[in-house]
Amino acid sequence: MLKIDELRVSYGGIEAVKGITMEVPEGKIVTLIGANGAGKSTTLRTIAGLVKPAHGRIHLQAEDITALNPDRIVSKGITLVPEGRRVFPDLTVLENLKVGAYLRNDSIEDDLKWVYELFPRLKERSWQPAGTLSGGEQQMLAVGRALMSRPKIMMMDEPSLGLAPIVVQGIFDIIREINRQGVTILLIEQNANMALKIADLAYVMETGKITRSGTGQELLNDESIKEAYLGKKRK
Amino acid sequence: MELFQKILPTLLSGISAGGQYALIALGYTMVYGILRLINFAHGDIFTVAGFVMFYAITAMPLYLAIPFTILVTVLLGFTVERVAYKPLRSAPRMSVMISAIGVSYLLQNLMWYVTGGQAQQYPSIPWISGKVMVLGVETKVVTVITPFLTVILILLLVFLTKRTKVGLAMRAAAKDFETARLMGIKIDGVISVTFVIGSFLAAVGSMLFFTNYSTVSPTVGMMPGLKAFVAAVFGGIGSIPGAVVGAFIIGICENIIRSLGWSTFSDAFTFALLIVVLCVKPTGLFGEKLEEKV
Ligand SMILES: Nc1ncnc2c1ncn2[C@@H]1O[C@H](COP(=O)(O)OP(=O)(O)OP(=O)(O)O)[C@@H](O)[C@H]1O
Ligand SMILES: [Mg+2]
Repeated sequence: MLKIDELRVSYGGIEAVKGITMEVPEGKIVTLIGANGAGKSTTLRTIAGLVKPAHGRIHLQAEDITALNPDRIVSKGITLVPEGRRVFPDLTVLENLKVGAYLRNDSIEDDLKWVYELFPRLKERSWQPAGTLSGGEQQMLAVGRALMSRPKIMMMDEPSLGLAPIVVQGIFDIIREINRQGVTILLIEQNANMALKIADLAYVMETGKITRSGTGQELLNDESIKEAYLGKKRK
Repeated sequence: MELFQKILPTLLSGISAGGQYALIALGYTMVYGILRLINFAHGDIFTVAGFVMFYAITAMPLYLAIPFTILVTVLLGFTVERVAYKPLRSAPRMSVMISAIGVSYLLQNLMWYVTGGQAQQYPSIPWISGKVMVLGVETKVVTVITPFLTVILILLLVFLTKRTKVGLAMRAAAKDFETARLMGIKIDGVISVTFVIGSFLAAVGSMLFFTNYSTVSPTVGMMPGLKAFVAAVFGGIGSIPGAVVGAFIIGICENIIRSLGWSTFSDAFTFALLIVVLCVKPTGLFGEKLEEKV
């Protein structure tokens, strides 16, 4: 569905993404794992149109969407839940969800209902400024806000960042649920263990390059991956 | 009743001046809210509006001159942003600030060039130039109309920011450009809308101000511009209610000081207030700490 070819991205003179090729098949959960500074966020930000690549192409189905502006990308059905949630703190929960539907001109009532069903917590707090929500609730809001654009592909940048394990479990359950309802997922995670468990397909990124790929299960069982990312030492 | 008759004109002209400052101050505060930029050219745009009206009235009837003036002012505000600020979107804040100062001088010099520096008699606008009796005191109609018109425009503005899609986009972009873009908001469009609204309010403010003040010259806008800016800082720059409250406080205090016979100090008061606010509460009355925007 989404195809990335030989993508290179530089900030000033420094190349953060050094020619990566990867694919996100329709209806799947794909994860991109790797150490800090590997270039994961840069990859997603480039797909979202926030950063322009120096080289390479990005295709959505047959269409070339390389270097389109973010609003065009959103209208094509690709959305990004940014690193650190980035909810609008002084907008209410409901207003945040409405911003998520900014490009839509049709009725958003059904989608609001859908998001509130996924996250009943948000419904209770719909008049509260988003800045007063807990970290976990803000993450739910960031996901809900992204869903309001009715995406085909939802990209998520470290949704588990700074959240308690039980909350993280909840977020992962929701990711699966959203995927079951037909949204393709591209997920970045530091929490490689959990990400690999739910992923159909996984890529490992190191200093700007993809070094491994396979199904989630394959990488979970891979000794070198275990050592590097899953915190299990080989005896 | 004696006392009341003495105080009333002061109060009326104070409220009226406050309303005029408020209309200018909103332009400062809204632009600051979204760009973190003090738009030094805003006071000059206000003055240009005065001259445009002066020339427009010689060429067309009043009912066309008013919308024409507003249109030209709005176009000027829009163009200044596109030409002088937009290309510097990713430049350091200081560069944009310097560009704003440059635009301010450019506009002033253009006005000198076009008018030869002559102060011109502002056209009298029927209805608002006349006099009325309010509670036994004679006063200009514009003095009475200003606060009402100001309040109506502010209510419209609040409605726009709180209840419309553009307003939502403005508030989102004011917090976080990048995330706003991820939602599909076109930042440049939102910024242009902000300048258009600010210039529109300045144009209306200039009509009220010059009707009251009666002459327009290239530098006459500096004082009201500066005071409106102080009002915006006093109220908490970036905050819409702050700018309005600040403007009314300054307008009223100034006129009270004048009526006490200390006219010489009325300007000094405004700037003393600025210094005190910056020392005691730099975020102003309603201001929140605005994080640096990237
Ligand atoms: N705006 C920027 N300007 C300059 N360099 C940047 C910028 N953003 C990221 N980089 C650099 O690009 C490299 C990749 O960063 P990126 O944020 O993509 O990594 P990441 O894999 O998401 O890391 P993390 O897991 O810590 O979020 C890093 O070396 C980083 O310093
Ligand atoms: Mg990252």
